[in-house]
Amino acid sequence: MNFTFSEDQLLFRDSVRDFLVNEVTPERVRGIWESENGRDDGLWQQLAEMGLTGITVPEEHGGLGMNELDFVLLAQECGYVALPEPLVNTALVAVPVISQLGGEAAGKWLPQIAAGETRVAVGCSENGLAEDAAQAGLLLWAEPEAVYLLEPDQFSARFNESIDPSRRLYAIDINAGVAPMATGEQAAVLYQAVLDRGALGAAAQALGLAQRMIDISVQYTSERQQFGKVIGSFQAVKHHMANVAVRLEYAKAPVTRAAYALANAEPGAGKAVSHAKLVACEAANLAAKNSIQVHGAMGYTWEVDLHIFMKKAWAMAGTFGDTGFHKQRVADHIFADGVALGAGSTF
Amino acid sequence: MNLNYTEQQNAFRQEVRQWLAGHVPAEPLKTFDTAEGFQQHREWEATLNQGRWGMVTWPEELGGRGCDLIEWLIFEEEYYRARAPLRVNQNGIFLLGPTLMEYGTEEQKARILPKMANGEEVWAQGWSEPNAGSDMAAIRSTARKQGDKYIINGQKTWSTRAVWADWLFGMFRTDPDSERHRGLTFILVPLDTPGITVRPIPQLDGLPGFAEIFFDNVEVDVSNRLGDEGAGWSVAMATAGFERGLMLRSPARFQETARRLVELYKANQDKADRDPAVRDAVMRAWMDAESYCLTTYETACRLSQGGKIGAESSTNKIFWSELDQNMHATAMSILGARAELLPHAPDAGEVGTWLDGWLFSQSGPIYAGTNEIQRNIIAERMLGMPR
Repeated sequence: MNFTFSEDQLLFRDSVRDFLVNEVTPERVRGIWESENGRDDGLWQQLAEMGLTGITVPEEHGGLGMNELDFVLLAQECGYVALPEPLVNTALVAVPVISQLGGEAAGKWLPQIAAGETRVAVGCSENGLAEDAAQAGLLLWAEPEAVYLLEPDQFSARFNESIDPSRRLYAIDINAGVAPMATGEQAAVLYQAVLDRGALGAAAQALGLAQRMIDISVQYTSERQQFGKVIGSFQAVKHHMANVAVRLEYAKAPVTRAAYALANAEPGAGKAVSHAKLVACEAANLAAKNSIQVHGAMGYTWEVDLHIFMKKAWAMAGTFGDTGFHKQRVADHIFADGVALGAGSTF
Repeated sequence: MNLNYTEQQNAFRQEVRQWLAGHVPAEPLKTFDTAEGFQQHREWEATLNQGRWGMVTWPEELGGRGCDLIEWLIFEEEYYRARAPLRVNQNGIFLLGPTLMEYGTEEQKARILPKMANGEEVWAQGWSEPNAGSDMAAIRSTARKQGDKYIINGQKTWSTRAVWADWLFGMFRTDPDSERHRGLTFILVPLDTPGITVRPIPQLDGLPGFAEIFFDNVEVDVSNRLGDEGAGWSVAMATAGFERGLMLRSPARFQETARRLVELYKANQDKADRDPAVRDAVMRAWMDAESYCLTTYETACRLSQGGKIGAESSTNKIFWSELDQNMHATAMSILGARAELLPHAPDAGEVGTWLDGWLFSQSGPIYAGTNEIQRNIIAERMLGMPR
């Protein structure tokens, strides 16, 4: 029993954190919002140079060959800076699914992804819309009975604006005659993989977003004065933030557990992912609610950075399975007959 | 990272399970808030101690097994699964024991720990006073040094199980001119010393689960001082908060409550589902108990690799106390009109034990530092908000 990350995993996390915090500032995110395609090619190149686009690509295809557990800490850091680029979907969803497809597709696309030459968009019927479909060189589109790898000329995309300007969402219409890469049993497995991995990515980003909102709020309430005192000294304000800290603290280990379960293909991985997604997004939503409250009217403005993180947190809660989807999976587990629950049943 | 138990850990679990299966009383003991129940629980502590299961984390020479934190968690999982009796001497074995091992003299350890381990001496805690609750540094009870004695005067209150306990550990002001955290001393007091009056206080269930204690020129030998004179505050605070929390409220307890709640819901589902919030609350109970378990294992692993516990440990008390309250509130809601039945009511069946748990869960957010105090600590020490 060793529920800890290795020294190497933590060091890598630290260096990625330093890079992201320095490079992906709120100013840069706002700049990306304003740009025409909503993406920053220079930033994507930087991520590729750090090896991040290829982190889960097998070594024979030019990547680092790391797994979900290696990446889950980095996904949290992506959340912390509200990274607009689709790194999490690429590394945690697209690459493992394309690897699982194997064959020609893997040989063709994985080296390009690792080199930063191709962005991959990910969409699934549970979400309805696909992120980045018009910005990417390849779209992974998953339905329960058919999984597609689509090049830009194989589908049309209708842009849907999100309240989070980082998220570029598209309704997809696949051209007639385009064949799926997988159908039947294989598609069902891959569809599940897309959902579970997407949900883990959203959960991990939610943790980072929650932490960022706490940090921003602590800083703001330590400076803003009313009644002759900084407002962060008032217990009513402190307790709002403490409540977020409690929920966040206990959402971290479930996310790690879910990543471990996926990395080791545990039979209970789906339940672990749903648990993680629910508690992480709940923590992030509470962080958003309490953070805007302690910011007062400033929190309701476009000017203060809080909304960059708040809006992404709201989006994470609904993407790759909403609360209804994930609660249903938890219910299917705990209310099943003969299931082992209680003390000693966790591992 | 490897989330599998080792062969050794699995074998340890089997050993605990087998021993408990052969020794846990078939009939539940009476509550230790009665004289008869207290005696039964004292005897159970002796039984545990004979099997060397009294305090598995203690060193072997003190009757323990030198277990690490993961083995402790496994032991607790089996203990709660087996529905073994609650620990009547938890103030002693979980709180005073570790403090003694760190600060006690060899003579103190030899005199106190064996009798603590076999239940011969049950310990009560003497921290709170009528005007020192959440503000514990406001302690006013005094211990005046006279030769090789301390003369204690004052009053302690909310002292759990003090009605039948044998000893009390508490903090007293030894420097009359001192203020707040300074000038306090940690002293161990035999409760049968002349000058002590113990007045039982009935709890919500009407039973004398705690007491107030009056000290009128009570003479205690200075050899009963733990740590240096005036260092009481740091002695009381020094033992890592997490390990205390882990000893007292390991996840197993809450996971078992969550499991029983799922069973209760399933057995009453048609009725319960008329309120859709119930199903959600049951799922939440399971998820939060699971989160608590995962987080505790993560922390225990980190600590056993030499990691340090930080201010984030103060989130622990809020999390489990609110979880416990929510789980019991949900059970009460499922039980509906039967929820109010006392455990011994002829038609109560299993209902009454939920009521007992519901009553007890009301105390969680209050004792050991109210959750409001915990929130202040989290905001100031963990998040760095201004005082």
